[in-house]
Amino acid sequence: MTPRLYVPIDAAALAVGAAEVASALGAAAARHNVAVDIVRNGSRGLYWLEPMVEVETPVGRVAYGPVAPSDVDGLLAAILADGAHALRLGPTEDIPWLKRQTRLTFARCGIVDPRSLEDYRAHGGCKGLERALSLGAEAIVEEVVQSGLRGRGGAGFPTGIKWRTVAQTQATQKYIVCNADEGDSGTFADRMIMEGDPYVLIEGMAIAGIATGATKGYVYIRSEYPHAVAAMEAAITAARRGGLLGNRIAGSSFAFDMEVRVGAGAYVCGEETSLLDSLEGKRGQVRAKPPLPAHKGLFGRPTVINNVLSLASVPIILDKGSAFYRDFGMGRSRGTMPIQLAGNVKYGGLYETAFGITLGELVDDIGGGTRSGRPVRAVQVGGPLGAYFPRALFDTAFDYEAFAARDGLIGHGGIVVFDDTVDMAKQARFAMEFCAIESCGKCTPCRIGAARGVEVVDRIINDDHRAANIEVLEDLCNTMKFGSLCALGGFTPYPVMSALNHFPEDFGAPPRLQAAE
Amino acid sequence: MTQGQTHWNKEVALELIRGCLDREGPLLPMLHALQEEFGYIDEAAEPLLAEALNITRAEVHGVVTFYHDFRRAPAGRHVLKLCRAEACQAAGGDPLAAYAEARLGVPMGTTAPDGSVTLEPVYCLGLCAIAPSAMLDGRVVGRLDEGRLNALLAEAQQ
Repeated sequence: MTPRLYVPIDAAALAVGAAEVASALGAAAARHNVAVDIVRNGSRGLYWLEPMVEVETPVGRVAYGPVAPSDVDGLLAAILADGAHALRLGPTEDIPWLKRQTRLTFARCGIVDPRSLEDYRAHGGCKGLERALSLGAEAIVEEVVQSGLRGRGGAGFPTGIKWRTVAQTQATQKYIVCNADEGDSGTFADRMIMEGDPYVLIEGMAIAGIATGATKGYVYIRSEYPHAVAAMEAAITAARRGGLLGNRIAGSSFAFDMEVRVGAGAYVCGEETSLLDSLEGKRGQVRAKPPLPAHKGLFGRPTVINNVLSLASVPIILDKGSAFYRDFGMGRSRGTMPIQLAGNVKYGGLYETAFGITLGELVDDIGGGTRSGRPVRAVQVGGPLGAYFPRALFDTAFDYEAFAARDGLIGHGGIVVFDDTVDMAKQARFAMEFCAIESCGKCTPCRIGAARGVEVVDRIINDDHRAANIEVLEDLCNTMKFGSLCALGGFTPYPVMSALNHFPEDFGAPPRLQAAE
Repeated sequence: MTQGQTHWNKEVALELIRGCLDREGPLLPMLHALQEEFGYIDEAAEPLLAEALNITRAEVHGVVTFYHDFRRAPAGRHVLKLCRAEACQAAGGDPLAAYAEARLGVPMGTTAPDGSVTLEPVYCLGLCAIAPSAMLDGRVVGRLDEGRLNALLAEAQQ
């Protein structure tokens, strides 16, 4: 049998040389006159081991990594001889970092060929859709409600309730919009799914369409993700050919089709109403709510707008049932969360696990601390609008409510690790600066507040009336938090105030015994 | 994103605009098509878009200028984007950005005087586990250090 090798086509694997490794493997095989079958899979998410090459063996896949093009000759010889090699990591599934995870949403990512619908079906794909078709619209919505799935984009709103609202709203046209504008630094789970298992997103959107009576879907992908755009477009074309999309999906009487739309570099378009305006061809400005998108969304029609991970979790919920999914997690955070470990971290990557794991376990145990080897001083959780947590709060459980109770948010599940060289006043300044750059300009607290915020932080850093300006900053953060129209202006105070409260020494301020509002 | 090589041409522009007319909310797809062809959005495109969509020229101008991606003038022959967001900051991205500015002799967000390269900040490429990261003419590069950056800069200055 022709040996089958896997070399990821995931953008982050490509960024560290996966394409060069794949072509070197092909060339080496040709030189040695042996036939090999090279599959370009998604990434398993163990990024410190990328490019990670896997080999199909009678006992499962065996991994090698990180592989450089110069390693390829020796590697191929070892693979063909089934011999030892310095980069051999053993059976992929036995790598502890992977083995300890609970992969539900990411069950197939890194395993299947993302370009093959047949491979998707062979690995359990489309089963959720089949069961959905047998259940009917109302029962599908009920399953999603019962699963406890909450919006994985960050807001944590129950997905099933959104669907129910759209299902109950009468209209001649409804839409399913997937928010793939994954702009938070430290997050890449949406990108990985779109590049590594795109059909699961298509299946999730088709199920949402059946459940709510929507026949048209859009995936709004940020322009910074050209590889994900290409992967989704190819998958949609193949899904149409394979009957997963079209006038009679999977042979049923339901029609659903979808297309990719590419953003244009505006962070605020990750906010759902701004995304809808952008899809309509307007400036990506935030809309006041109500009306909710579920009532008047895209082009004024009832619209489900969900994050990639929310929609990609739907097929397994329908396949295995709501109870299966709901049994994972804690409190009101049910199921699993694909957590992304990033920044200055030793073992960075995608770690999907049930809610409830502590921040300390994630950073120290799973992440292995910093890549620089210096002590971890702070982690930012939930993107540019998320709070900075000091080590003292590492006992916080990964759960929507637990993070909120500590003036933070889990957001889209990104954790950025910083070592002890970080200057937290500089990070607070950056949070304001980023908000100023990306503000859509619609509401004053965000548009003006962020610009003034940068100036105030600068005065604090320069010891210009420091104590008075710290008061001004706190007051400004309150105004932004309670007066902004959306999360951009409303949540920028999280990184700013957490930096000030937990690391006052970086602002030249005395220690704070209790966290201020 | 690959930069267009075509010089501004009204007929080509009209053809690209017409090619998107049957889509819902077609303005962004049109702008992307124009930028891909010409490398920027020529001011002369705005009235064409306004007429095709039956909206005001001011509305078109408002959209073009809202989005960071759309250029008002052609970029350099190469576009080097350095990620400036938090994950890359945590991994040493700041000194690398300063180094790139010093070597090219231009600040972030501008084009080298010889037209070789446009240096731009980008806020996240989704490569946060292999930070710091960069993108040269659409090609992604991770685990950036001075050595890798030097190689990118040399390539960009050609």
